[in-house]
Amino acid sequence: MNVLLGFDGSQASVDALKRTIDRAVAAGDELTVALNETGVASTDVLADRVEQAVGEKELSVELREINGEPASDLIEIAESEEFDELVLGGNSTSPMGKITLNKTVEFVLLNSHVTVTLVR
Amino acid sequence: MNSNRRYPDTVSGPFEEPPVEFVDREDRPIKILPYDGSDREFEGLVKMYIEFDLSDRAQGIPPKKEPRVRTWVDNILADDCLNVIAWDGGTAAGHSMLVPDGDGGHEIAIFILQPYQDAGIGTQLTKSLLGYGEQHNISKVWLTVERWNHRAIALYEKIGFETTSAESFDLEMAIRIAAE
Repeated sequence: MNVLLGFDGSQASVDALKRTIDRAVAAGDELTVALNETGVASTDVLADRVEQAVGEKELSVELREINGEPASDLIEIAESEEFDELVLGGNSTSPMGKITLNKTVEFVLLNSHVTVTLVR
Repeated sequence: MNSNRRYPDTVSGPFEEPPVEFVDREDRPIKILPYDGSDREFEGLVKMYIEFDLSDRAQGIPPKKEPRVRTWVDNILADDCLNVIAWDGGTAAGHSMLVPDGDGGHEIAIFILQPYQDAGIGTQLTKSLLGYGEQHNISKVWLTVERWNHRAIALYEKIGFETTSAESFDLEMAIRIAAE
């Protein structure tokens, strides 16, 4: 499978990255990681984190940069380049532990024509 | 968290603080009390959440399995949270809590065990907790609720909550219980 993962360095996206790398190694998936620079982490920092997460594993990951609107950028790439799956982290919780979906996750779930996996 | 959270300008209340005693619509005597810190009450809450029907979960809570229920209950009974429990004798029938959001506000939630629903307990429990919150100088309270949960939304509106954000999957509602 050809998998696209959105990565912004948030804890949810780090969890999603680890799971997706493990799965890609096991299943022989092709993995592309779209780096979404935020106020917190620059593209370089994000790229380093992906490299560290891959470590010694047998997997080559293609890195992309997205700028602007992450949700529509991710869908655009996934659809126009015929990815099989779009993966996002979605495990943010409120102070009392309620699961909340951020705007990016929500937009992607509603609008993507490519299968979406939400890692929680 | 969202530091741009909106709150109504108008102050709601005052609300009666616990202990509050009343007879519910099924003629059961209900006593609303703050959590007393005892193991007995802790276990009462764990029992309530283990019996909780999965269909009445809200955004993933309460968790289903006992170890996770225990962890979650332990977290929300922390010293910086406010908890009130509705008791029918020794049975925890409902539980409501205020959890600080680190941004000057508190998140509120209410859970009523299925056999005790639709008996007026949720309204009393929520008001009591807001009264307890006033006592502890809390001024801003918010929650999120699933759009289809009309029963909960109606309850919150009746008490004075206003919808402050309707842009997400979940509705965000807020109430102000003291001037800043």
